[in-house]
Amino acid sequence: MKLTLGDKVLKTVVYVILLALAFVTFYPFWNSLVLSFNTGSDTSLGGVTFWPRDFTFENYGIVFKESGIYHAYLITILRTIIGTFLAMFFTAMFAYAMSKKGIVFKKTYMILAVITMFFNGGLIPYFIIVYNLHLYDTFMFLVLHGMINVYNMIIFRTFFMEMPDGLEESAKIDGCSNFGVFFRIVLPVSGPVIATLSLFTAVFLWNDWFIPAVFISNQELIPLQTLLVQIINTGATDNLIQNMNTFAQNMVENTVTVKALQMATMMVATLPILMIYPFLQKYFVKGVLVGSLKE
Amino acid sequence: MKAVNGGVSPQAAAAAVGKPEKKMSLGRRFIKQWDFQLMIWPAMLFILVFSYGPMWGVLLAFKEYNIFAPFSESPWVGTLQFRMFFESPEFWDIMRNTFCIALLKLAIGFPAPIILALLLNEVGGWFKRVVQTVTYIPHFMSWVVISGMAFSMLSVDQGTVNDVLLFFHLIDEPINWLSKPDYFWGILVSLNVWKEIGFGSIVYLAAIVGIDPAMYEAASIDGASRFKQIFLITIPSIMPIMIIFLILGIGNTLNAGYEDILVLTKNMNNGIVMPVANVIDTYVYQMGVLNQRYSYATAAGVFKSVLSVTLLLVANGFARRFGKTSLW
Repeated sequence: MKLTLGDKVLKTVVYVILLALAFVTFYPFWNSLVLSFNTGSDTSLGGVTFWPRDFTFENYGIVFKESGIYHAYLITILRTIIGTFLAMFFTAMFAYAMSKKGIVFKKTYMILAVITMFFNGGLIPYFIIVYNLHLYDTFMFLVLHGMINVYNMIIFRTFFMEMPDGLEESAKIDGCSNFGVFFRIVLPVSGPVIATLSLFTAVFLWNDWFIPAVFISNQELIPLQTLLVQIINTGATDNLIQNMNTFAQNMVENTVTVKALQMATMMVATLPILMIYPFLQKYFVKGVLVGSLKE
Repeated sequence: MKAVNGGVSPQAAAAAVGKPEKKMSLGRRFIKQWDFQLMIWPAMLFILVFSYGPMWGVLLAFKEYNIFAPFSESPWVGTLQFRMFFESPEFWDIMRNTFCIALLKLAIGFPAPIILALLLNEVGGWFKRVVQTVTYIPHFMSWVVISGMAFSMLSVDQGTVNDVLLFFHLIDEPINWLSKPDYFWGILVSLNVWKEIGFGSIVYLAAIVGIDPAMYEAASIDGASRFKQIFLITIPSIMPIMIIFLILGIGNTLNAGYEDILVLTKNMNNGIVMPVANVIDTYVYQMGVLNQRYSYATAAGVFKSVLSVTLLLVANGFARRFGKTSLW
């Protein structure tokens, strides 16, 4: 196919726009990464853009030595793993039963579940319920929040309904109970859909700072993202400043700045997800499509 | 399709006994499929407690509730909380912000991914894949991290944005972007588009891929340029999915999220921009969580829910009439 002059112009313009967009998207992240590896005092002179000028691991050294951050990181990891596991387990089980025919009250369950996708009681009534159930300020609540996502249930259910019947029937003939079929046959062949929904759930739990900010007051239970908000809003935690001071005494001059530490903490909080997601890209693209078709 | 009643008794077995499935009482069927019901009930219980529980909690809006006393002991005050909200000095600011920010997010955030998908469709190979992978990244970042980057980029001393503008002599001195009420909506909406443009384009790209290539071939034989083909083939072909997403977008306008506002105003501590940044959701957070005025905050939340549900019903009504599609 021959390209006309107009087509060539169009193509060039498109390339330029996309290149610019990719740059604007990537630069803030790249620059933050660079700043996290650059000496703080040098950064404050300005002009550090694409490459560290005064390379150092110092910022990360302090971040990982800071017990508060270390602890918050642990909470985030535990919350993400346990929360994702619970959510997947109970949502998939729910969806599996809902994919069967002849379930008593199935329609009622479905209506009750779908209504919650459009209506909710709001933040404060939710807060009061959680408080009265003595879940306020507990790790338990951090992993329970959002455990049953109706949207995910519908995606699971669609997947289960499309599964060939033969698989389950042969297992049943072999004397498997319904729970047995679910655990030994259905879950193992649901890899792709579990991978997609786990990714979304895990990303939510990993990135969520708001729920802990409202429902957790014990600093020992604060996850990393919420701690990061505190650091960004107030400059640094008391612990961090103290740590910096002791660190500074060891140095001839104070080279660490609050900004450098912020950047390092931000990277610590983001990099794990960014390193995992490209490998799951083909799954979540599929997941997004299944979800949108169901609407 | 097979008819497995609870997976326990296939219809053939029931017929052999001479007693059709349907005749069994509800209770007996329920007990017979106890295992499936057991799979459902943990989730249903969760939904009833954490989704339906709070729905009763809206009664707080008509009370003067104190978290340290039982619900039944707090006095009924009728619509007092609502009147206080409507007559509060910040009410009209909040209404303006809620609607303007939501509309801006929709007006710019809705077409942006479509345009990106159209552009991506014009290129191919590794370049397309790289742009896709890069533009998906921000979707996976938390608003906290994004605010940290925004503060760094927009900072007065050595922020990249100010540096670039100074370099091209577009400004004479660095601007403190996040402390200027005039720029707040712009920054907020830009960051939202920046975060979601790539991820939002996935669905449209898939729709574009599904278009029959024969249409493009026919068009180019007829002498239509690529530019014309975009408007005459691609856009009309993805119109149905665009309409569905527009309806969803309108229905959810008021639920567009408020984490972005909270992080950009440093948890509502940036007093200079608060008059343009405070929306109903952040106000509920401010009054309920920060100031512990539970009943008052609930009233504001209930007011928002009423607006939001109305909007959803209107959007769905339009969809039924004009788009021949509906959310339910």
